[in-house]
Amino acid sequence: MDPLIQNLYGVLTQVQGFIYPNEAELHWSLLIVLYPYITGLVAGAFILASLERVFKVKAVKPTYHLALLTALAFLICAPIPLNAHLTQPIRAYEIMITPHLTSAMAVFGFVYMWYLMVVLLLEIWFDYRRDFVVWSNEKTGIMKWIYKILTLGVTDISENALKWDDKLGRFITIIGIPSAFFLHGYVGFIFGSIKANPWWSTVLMPVIFIFSAMVSGIALVMLLYMLISLLRRVSANMECLDTIGRYLLYALILDFSLEALDQIHRFYEAEESFEIISLLMSGKLYITLIVVQILLGTVVPLVTLGLLQVYKPSEQKRRLIYWMDSALVLIGIFAMRWNVVIGGQLFSKSFYGFTAYKIELIGREGFLVASGLVVLPFIILGFLLWLMPPWRKEDGREYLKA
Amino acid sequence: MKNPRRNFLKTIATITGGAIAASVAEPFNALLYASSFPGKNVKGGSWYGMGIDIDKCIGCGRCADACKKENNVPREPFFFRSWVEQYTIKNDGEVKVESPNGGIDGFKQSVPDEEVFKSFFVPKMCNHCYKSPCVQVCPVGATFETRDGVVLVDDKYCIGCRYCVQACPYGCRYIHPQRKVVDKCTLCYHRITKGMTPACVEVCPNGARIFGDLNDKNGALIKFLKEHTCLVLRPHLNTGAKVYYNSLSTEVR
Repeated sequence: MDPLIQNLYGVLTQVQGFIYPNEAELHWSLLIVLYPYITGLVAGAFILASLERVFKVKAVKPTYHLALLTALAFLICAPIPLNAHLTQPIRAYEIMITPHLTSAMAVFGFVYMWYLMVVLLLEIWFDYRRDFVVWSNEKTGIMKWIYKILTLGVTDISENALKWDDKLGRFITIIGIPSAFFLHGYVGFIFGSIKANPWWSTVLMPVIFIFSAMVSGIALVMLLYMLISLLRRVSANMECLDTIGRYLLYALILDFSLEALDQIHRFYEAEESFEIISLLMSGKLYITLIVVQILLGTVVPLVTLGLLQVYKPSEQKRRLIYWMDSALVLIGIFAMRWNVVIGGQLFSKSFYGFTAYKIELIGREGFLVASGLVVLPFIILGFLLWLMPPWRKEDGREYLKA
Repeated sequence: MKNPRRNFLKTIATITGGAIAASVAEPFNALLYASSFPGKNVKGGSWYGMGIDIDKCIGCGRCADACKKENNVPREPFFFRSWVEQYTIKNDGEVKVESPNGGIDGFKQSVPDEEVFKSFFVPKMCNHCYKSPCVQVCPVGATFETRDGVVLVDDKYCIGCRYCVQACPYGCRYIHPQRKVVDKCTLCYHRITKGMTPACVEVCPNGARIFGDLNDKNGALIKFLKEHTCLVLRPHLNTGAKVYYNSLSTEVR
């Protein structure tokens, strides 16, 4: 028997109440959980980078390049779960060639290309151009050529040229901030605009997605910064970590307030779908929503980071808190994506019952593929950090000042 | 005319601007009219819809069975273009809904007689909405509405993103397990364009399904709508559903 059919017969035994017959199959699986998770990390990491560049928060400077490269590594992987999930992946290009403009999804290709090509790649290139020139002069053999290609033939590193690099880079970061908001807000809109689904259909969805993206991206860069410092056996800049911690707290407060507002509004209005949604929250989503997303992923980091603003324990203890909070936030935001994507499909649109979701181990949408897709951006990031290490970079802007 | 060249440019700019504004606004036309009378079709020609008389449905499930046979819908109980639901309202107000195998094998009342307040059957199918959420969200335009008001899928074009499945409030779409594209009721387009009725209508032993042209003022469907007080499913979603139910109870979703 077809594994899908076999799986569906299994699901049928777990259906509670009534679902429409076509609803036994849960259509957006683990891969679609990963998609907003990954794009959120991209947008969040980029916004952290722009804190330094545009808003002149100098303390987060040690993470600037790391944040940009993290955003790039994850952005490269963002379309993979989407494509892998299509039942006709070979036709994916149609979305670019004949986009149907009333569909929120149709714009994905363009938003993605804009963000990758215009924002991230250009910004990183302007930022690294001088280093590519320097490295191509220092290195020998194939690496010399790789760096030479990366300069794209623009090898002028006179003061005037570097000033232009800086100016253009800054300009692109300024464009990049609304782009990052747009990229992820738009992902939220894909869900928020589905009026058939009361769990998704809220005008706050894009805004919630943006702030949860900031939370997750900041936490990821924080964690990576500490991890890389540990691997390089250098001590992480404490002022930097404290500042990132503070911004993580701000983003968390906004994110939590918005999500709370959304739920309070839902409960107070108590529309037709109220009953099934309360059953969903207290039942099928109890662990992932109440325990993981709200308690561990939000309340614990909120309280601990909040305490750090009024009471400063030793560096070691603070670092321990940052390790814990960034990891908890990353898990919490993953749970949030899960609760949105999977949670929104667990209840029937008849509001009379629930279907079940069984993750398969193997197969295109199975657990192994999904795990691979989580690991892949880290491998790409490792490669990028090896190719263009931020710590070996002589900062062009510093150079200009000197 | 002091400056004919300037006036000429002005006229051209007005025309171009107007044309651009009109073409940009065109997709938003749907926003301008709220739920209107079903027969409203500016294009002329046929505009198909369906009436369902809940009072007449006996829950035999022949429509769901005929649909599967006519349209090669997989026989497994997870794929339906049309199905029948049994609603039972108990004395304490509890609503029980069942649709084992889409009603193809018939129904048994699982609630004891003395607890039943009322019970009835509701045949379901694609509502062929004219402000259809599934057409709206399809990223490549593989799902479309024909000139005669039938929502169809171009199976050579569908990329299988399943966005339409999420957008349909009525649960009418599924991914065909063999063809790997989305599938749904076509109102038996291959039959109705040859002057026949859809398979589900053809086999209904009690005349509970009334197929017709909403533009045909003397047709069976308009007559049905005139003589009965009909409702569509989930009217608050403003999907422009064109399947009209007589005796639709508030419990039905």
